[in-house]
Amino acid sequence: MTIRAAISNARSVPLGLGRRGLLPNLYDLVIFIFIAAAFVAVAHGVREMEAPLAKLNMAPVTLDPAHLPEYALRTTLRMFAAILASLLFTFVVATLAAKSRKAELVIIPALDILQSVPVLGFLTFAVALFMRVFPGSELGAECAAIFAIFTSQAWNMTFSFYQSLRTIPADLDEVSRHFRQSAWLRFWRLEVPFAAPGLIWNTMMSMSGGWFFVVASEAITVGDTTVKLPGIGSWLAVAIERKEVAAVGLAVAAMGVVILAYDQLVFRPIVAWADKFRFEQTAARDRPKSWVYDVVRRTRLVRVVFGTVSSATAYLTLRRVRPAARPQWTAVRGGLAADALWIALVLAAAAYALWLVVGYVRTSLGIDDALAAGWFGLLTLTRVVVLIAIASAIWVPIGVWIGLRPWAAQRVQPAAQFLAAFPANVLFPIAVAVIVSLNLDPNIWLSPLMVLGTQWYILFNVIAGASAFPTDLREASTIYRLRSPQWWRKVILPGIFPYYVTGALTASGGSWNASIVAEVANWGDIRLKAAGLGAYIAQATEAGDYPRVVLGIGVMSVFVVVINRLLWRPLYRFSERRFRLS
Amino acid sequence: MDVLATTTAPLVEIEHLSHVYRQGGAGDHAVLEDVNLTLRDNEIVALLGRSGCGKSTLLRIIAGLMPPTSGAVAIEGAPVTAPAPQVAMVFQSFALFPWLTVLENVEIGLEAQGIHFDERRQRAIAAIDLIGLDGYESAYPKELSGGMRQRVGLARALVVHPKVLLMDEPFSALDVLTAETLRGDLLDLWCEGRMPIHSILMVTHNIEEAVLMCDRILVFSSNPGRILAEIKVDLPQPRNRLEPNFRALVDDIYARMTARPSGKPREGLFPGTGISMVLPRVSPNRLAGLVELVAAEPNNGRADLPAIAGDFLMEVDDLFPVAETLQLLRFAEVEHGDIRLTEAGKRFARAGLDERKRMFAQYLVTYVPLAGHIKRVLDERAGHHAPASRFRDELEDSMSEEQAEQTLRAVISWARYAEVFAYDEDSGVFSLENPA
Repeated sequence: MTIRAAISNARSVPLGLGRRGLLPNLYDLVIFIFIAAAFVAVAHGVREMEAPLAKLNMAPVTLDPAHLPEYALRTTLRMFAAILASLLFTFVVATLAAKSRKAELVIIPALDILQSVPVLGFLTFAVALFMRVFPGSELGAECAAIFAIFTSQAWNMTFSFYQSLRTIPADLDEVSRHFRQSAWLRFWRLEVPFAAPGLIWNTMMSMSGGWFFVVASEAITVGDTTVKLPGIGSWLAVAIERKEVAAVGLAVAAMGVVILAYDQLVFRPIVAWADKFRFEQTAARDRPKSWVYDVVRRTRLVRVVFGTVSSATAYLTLRRVRPAARPQWTAVRGGLAADALWIALVLAAAAYALWLVVGYVRTSLGIDDALAAGWFGLLTLTRVVVLIAIASAIWVPIGVWIGLRPWAAQRVQPAAQFLAAFPANVLFPIAVAVIVSLNLDPNIWLSPLMVLGTQWYILFNVIAGASAFPTDLREASTIYRLRSPQWWRKVILPGIFPYYVTGALTASGGSWNASIVAEVANWGDIRLKAAGLGAYIAQATEAGDYPRVVLGIGVMSVFVVVINRLLWRPLYRFSERRFRLS
Repeated sequence: MDVLATTTAPLVEIEHLSHVYRQGGAGDHAVLEDVNLTLRDNEIVALLGRSGCGKSTLLRIIAGLMPPTSGAVAIEGAPVTAPAPQVAMVFQSFALFPWLTVLENVEIGLEAQGIHFDERRQRAIAAIDLIGLDGYESAYPKELSGGMRQRVGLARALVVHPKVLLMDEPFSALDVLTAETLRGDLLDLWCEGRMPIHSILMVTHNIEEAVLMCDRILVFSSNPGRILAEIKVDLPQPRNRLEPNFRALVDDIYARMTARPSGKPREGLFPGTGISMVLPRVSPNRLAGLVELVAAEPNNGRADLPAIAGDFLMEVDDLFPVAETLQLLRFAEVEHGDIRLTEAGKRFARAGLDERKRMFAQYLVTYVPLAGHIKRVLDERAGHHAPASRFRDELEDSMSEEQAEQTLRAVISWARYAEVFAYDEDSGVFSLENPA
């Protein structure tokens, strides 16, 4: 991946921040209630049956290095299953949202809230649900893990595809309608290619983020049920139980190999290939490169195979399409009355859902619990804020230094992307072993684990920003001999600000998620615990205390949504307005 | 309609067509008003007008891409309710799919018709050959120059064998030389009858282009778009731009397009009256530039607009707004295709920078109603501050959102030059104080 590609990709709007509206509105609340109700329904269903989750007869995970390649493979396969599910979800749901106003009214706010719900929260309920669907079978646990990874990937991909569908250039839309393309033909000829660069970049980012969750979701304990799916995550869990430092080291190495292979064999070739879908009318000088992609293109055999496959696909999908039935001018989009009725229906359903949620949570929890969860939320918030500030203070100057030197950027940028993909939780046991041996305060020293994996987003976005900084502006500031503080304040910080916001926002979202695994850590029989919302959720999950899990996840989602709306979204819009260099 | 779908039905027939752009709540904005048009076999017709006169909208209505608010459109006697198979369109922006090769782009219309692969390929290659693109079949659009891209656009339209070719400013995104070559090639193909089409309807704002290519020219007025005149061009093809008859026709059309609508007040060249007048964004530098040009030798205060356009390769859309803004400010008079400086204009031309600013301020507040209005509001208010949103809302009562924004931007830029009042971008507030 070259710098230019990284730059333009890093600039894609994250989390639907480009949207209007800063304050959480009634609609967010409605959607929020629905999601909470869905969790409650699952938890309730499990409790009603009163039976313990089925015991699984799985081959136990062993620390035999001969099994490690197989485990790595299983972990990778889980990842790909999830990404396929996410793609399918994206195509269906985003298309629905873009084409139907009624669907759009529900789907888009839902995605916005869903991406603020901590992913590991989904896991608790996914395990409960899928173990019911496939009792006593390993398939249930597999599905739960894949579902959890899916929830870490699907939302931003769907957002990206939806945004592309809504911004199809008017002239291409006219060509498509003018030549009366059928919906099927239009989808493959216009909509998917146009959305491809954004969707592929988001998919690749999702996969990078997904490694963290695939590791976290393999060894799970929910109440009395402990599942250890064969994979690197379970290997790691066993190594922690037995305090085997060497085995942890092997897991780190194996994960490194997997991520490197993913980076070289999947990420880069796909980004290089997707360059042809970039919507630009002039050929770029500097295109994303990938040696694998070049080999594929230059090798005759591979080319023949790929050519045959692609023309066969085209034959099956596009060769004999029936012409579209003559489309009539559609009536003016949805009457106001119909919309009002639809919204009324949604609101009524939300009221019922709220009644259910309150009823469920009230049976076992009081106001004290809510206050406690809120307090823990504040503690975790403090950690996130302090850590992002520290990470920024370290990585912004370094990122600027690197970004302004193309030779350094060429080398460091791929490394930063690699580190962002590397699941930091694989490294946790090492950190925990150190904390235990030095007898440090877990409340302070467990915290850095939260940003261990997410700080790289700040670094590589800042590098991208500094690389994109126009040369003439740099030269002008050199000629006028701006002194250092002035240069930082007036020149480079405004220049990289939009990029920094994107990176810091991603990093902070990731840190909230990581808190669930970072605030509680085990090393053999020693358990370290920091006071915080992540630890609260983690403990409730282990105890199978569903009401507290719902409460903890709810509180965390509220924190994330409120911070996104009150801090990141205004910052993002401000930076777009003021500091966009175009 | 009394003529049913028979062989004698005209290719395109439009009766009493009007189109209104609806805004949520606020005032509706008429784009086209009572347009009547007939397109017959074997003719090239131009819809000539300035940007914003609704000519492109009309073309899209004919193409079946959008319904008109009222009135009837028929193609070969059949009312248009969806994109009709008898028409094909060429776009100003070329509208090529960047991820498809030239060949695939040309095939796109045939593919949508479900035509078999082999026939598709054969027809596409024939169209590519016809239009002079042989050898480029496997290139991607971004590898081609603008002229080559528009050739792809033409091939893509011709390959579906339409009866009517609709062209939306097909040459205006090209440089002068490329555009001229492409016009010539297209005319050659047309005159030799090598294209499988019966008629061409093209939208343009380039007067010479219309006279060069067309058999009939429909001149549109702006806001709302109405047919101002229908001009038959009887000059034999190939036409020569330097011929006296050609020049006379161009001058005549310039005169018609700058004619003051009868019965309208002096400032009536821009749509709307008073503060609801839609103003063009013209920089003070361009205004001063044109004043100096007209004042200097050999013009001495009076100049021929077509001559200026020719000398400086300006399109009417570049030149007219400048001239008309000068007229609004009473620095010049525009009539019969000429521009003549007033006494004030001549004084402005002679003045130095400070004097120019003083004059500009005085004329701006007096003759541009919105500028005067903002100044009065600022004078009256105790703090001499007023938010821009207040005026924007007022404007949006009578014009579209974009027009309101454009009008406000125009006044802001003129007021800044004249130092009449200040505008703070961050807070969106007008004030009387000048930043120190």
